[in-house]
Amino acid sequence: MQTTFPRLLLDHAAQRPGDAAMREKEYGIWQAISWADLAVMVAHLACGLHQAGLRQHNHMVVIGANRPRLYATMLAVQALGAVPIALYQDAAAQECVFPINNADVAFAFAEDQEQVDKLLEIRDQCPQMSRLYFDDPRGLRNYDEPGLQSLDDLIAEGKNFVAQNPGFFKAAVDAVKPDDVASLFFTSGTTGNPKGVVHTHDTLLNRARAGAEFDKLTNKEDVLAYLPPAWIGQNIFSYAQWLSCGYVVNCPEDAATVSIDLKEIGPTYYFAPPRVFEGLLTSVMIRMEDAGALKRKMFHYFMSVAKRVGPTLMDGKTVGLADRVLYALGNFMVYGPLRNNLGFSRVRVAYTAGEAIGPDLFSFYRSIGVNLKQLYGSTETAVFVCLQPDHEARADTVGVPCKGVEIKVADNGEILVKSPGLLKGYFKNPEATAEVLTADGWYHTSDAGFLDAHGHLKIIDRVKDVGRIKGGANDGAMFAPKYVENKLKFFQHIKEVVAYGDGREKVCVMINIDFDAVGNWAERRNLPYAGYTDLAQKPEVYQLIKECVEQVNADLSVDTLLAGSQVSRFLVLHKELDADDGELTRTNKVRRGFIAEKYDVLIDALYGGKTSQYIETQVKFEDGRTGSVSATLRIDDTKTFVPVKAAA
Amino acid sequence: MATKQIGDIILDVKNISLGFGGVKALTDISFDVREHEVRAIIGPNGAGKSSMLNCINGVYRPQEGAITFKGKTFSHMDSYQVASLGIGRTFQNLALFKGMSVIDNIMTGRNLKIKSNLFMQALRIGPAQREEELHREFVEHIIDFLEIQAHRKTPVGQLPYGLQKRVDLGRALAMEPQLLLLDEPMAGMNVEEKQDMSRFVLDVNEEFGTTIVLIEHDMGVVMDISDRVVVLDYGKKIGDGTPEEVRNNEEVISAYLGTGH
Repeated sequence: MQTTFPRLLLDHAAQRPGDAAMREKEYGIWQAISWADLAVMVAHLACGLHQAGLRQHNHMVVIGANRPRLYATMLAVQALGAVPIALYQDAAAQECVFPINNADVAFAFAEDQEQVDKLLEIRDQCPQMSRLYFDDPRGLRNYDEPGLQSLDDLIAEGKNFVAQNPGFFKAAVDAVKPDDVASLFFTSGTTGNPKGVVHTHDTLLNRARAGAEFDKLTNKEDVLAYLPPAWIGQNIFSYAQWLSCGYVVNCPEDAATVSIDLKEIGPTYYFAPPRVFEGLLTSVMIRMEDAGALKRKMFHYFMSVAKRVGPTLMDGKTVGLADRVLYALGNFMVYGPLRNNLGFSRVRVAYTAGEAIGPDLFSFYRSIGVNLKQLYGSTETAVFVCLQPDHEARADTVGVPCKGVEIKVADNGEILVKSPGLLKGYFKNPEATAEVLTADGWYHTSDAGFLDAHGHLKIIDRVKDVGRIKGGANDGAMFAPKYVENKLKFFQHIKEVVAYGDGREKVCVMINIDFDAVGNWAERRNLPYAGYTDLAQKPEVYQLIKECVEQVNADLSVDTLLAGSQVSRFLVLHKELDADDGELTRTNKVRRGFIAEKYDVLIDALYGGKTSQYIETQVKFEDGRTGSVSATLRIDDTKTFVPVKAAA
Repeated sequence: MATKQIGDIILDVKNISLGFGGVKALTDISFDVREHEVRAIIGPNGAGKSSMLNCINGVYRPQEGAITFKGKTFSHMDSYQVASLGIGRTFQNLALFKGMSVIDNIMTGRNLKIKSNLFMQALRIGPAQREEELHREFVEHIIDFLEIQAHRKTPVGQLPYGLQKRVDLGRALAMEPQLLLLDEPMAGMNVEEKQDMSRFVLDVNEEFGTTIVLIEHDMGVVMDISDRVVVLDYGKKIGDGTPEEVRNNEEVISAYLGTGH
């Protein structure tokens, strides 16, 4: 049954008016909004926006953190047949110019003063942006910019309009068709301008339902909305599936309170990128190191039991009686309290995606009884392509194709997808659309991978990044940079890695240490350091990182495909790679080409055989000021291993 | 941007002199503070800035002069009287209860507003309980205002210095002061913390209309956020006016930069 977002809202409001639709923590208390109240708010907002001139097929930008009124605004826009575009709330002002002009946006919703200031800053460049609404009036009292208005005023105007035109809202909602455009998602793109991915009500809701059926989601779920609303995953988990299943979405009080709010809510359905799971694990491990000897011993003992028994239990297999008893005891004494502390007590289904997850990290969560699984998808596929079934979760695959999805591997190793959730195209960009969406209906993911013997999809790298070693001992060997980077990133002391090797005779990497983990490691060894740059260049830290690299080399040497991708030389960078400096995308993926250009002296030094190199780098602070960091970086050689031709 | 409405004189300090034995801390100081304005007191170390604040909120008794607050004239102020008149203050060296949570610390600022007695509070008798809830709600608004939600239940002693300063401000705000005295609110802070604090001070001034008298060393901050500035040197007033006027005042320049002999 095809439907639309606003129609789903009205259905819930009619069928279960008093049930909570959303909760928001304010003034220390979780405040619920019922479906009925939400529907009324959306009606008022929609009428207010209509009166202000928002029409069918117009676009409206929303920018801010997860707040009920942000989602209500999106629903109101969709109720008018118009299209909401969520932008990343941490994007710099200049990054907002392209989407706003590309989609010819005249209406905008901004959460607070920070976002209003951002949009006002670029107003000269976006002259068509005439209406600007804000949710939180704090600090905006003295602004008298034309077209700037509070959301409260808009709602009040809408209320008057409803009184005069009682039938308008319902008629507007009925006029919206499932095949109408529902949202544009601007993808952060590693090169060039971002592209607006066009999705209809049906593409998003179809995938939302497919995912919900796969995991048997009900209206009893609790979800914490803490990832940026501009990201399609957030849209699926806290918007499309929210309306489709009718569960409760909880908005945290503040970005800084997310971990406290997570504990209080205890979500049943949870998504986080691998780095969040990694951060949680690191914090647990650091706190355990500081715990008393008895607690520490107990923790390590039961974690070893969990490591042995937990994943097997999670896969639905049986284990011996003695192990079962031990695990139950561990569950009572360690795993239960630990899950509670992490806010995972009630988690029934947890997903991670976006990046490869380390095998140790993955099995840690599964071993303590968190049903963590992986999924595969992208903005263009409305997320759900592959999902791991409950008892078949593994660290190195991303699951089986879910309902409605067809998968094919092209000759060059690229994965092609056919699904009811595919994008309708890139906005005003037919060339880019033609590149990814061929006439026969296949979407080209640009990921290289294959389906394994069990029908699970395994991803190696981006197709365009898979390269060849040229010259030297491994001439012609396959080089998959992300595969190498991920293997290194699985070590807790390494935060970010950039690997080079395509068209070169050997593989060299630049590494970012994890400041928390390495800082803690250094303190335990009474190793003094003055800051990030100083710590990164300590010989002891180089030794630590070198051991990680050599272990990865040993692992790679038994890989039939990628034995030639072993790392020959490395250096530790003097500053953290940062999206504000353009080195990472907004979704925190390394921009390899950009980094190679920016740090070309380092690349030359790595391949030129130097043992150290001086570098000075401009950095941009959050408030827009710039400064510079300089250091002399050491470059180390590492041991590589003779490839072992193991049977595949 | 629209400008805020600066009202009538709310605090008038006339010919105040204060001495400790032979040491003259303040000599014949007069200045006024208007409603809704941000008034800064600046001066080199030992100029008498803190002494001036201490006279206003009743910690010191000046030997001469008078202070008029909201039309009532006093030859000296008493601390408890000052608080009930609606004058709040923060301290240069933080006087928080380190072992108590952020909420409890700010709650102490509500003390004067609580009407139920100790007995009723201890037994949580109906009206006392309801009253506590109301005050707690007020405290939550302050926590939201100062953006310290993540630290609600953290003992204050565990917070970094910049946040402790914010809690100190929160406690002063809890008594809903009409006049807020800030003793070096940005001392010891880094640039980012100073920017945050400046924003909070301006927000307090704009959102609640609170009149603010502040002592500050950072000239950039003073010139940016104050409406008028008083300059003290060796216990004497050597300048008074808008930041622009004070900046161009010869005496002020020589007090700060020294004079050629």
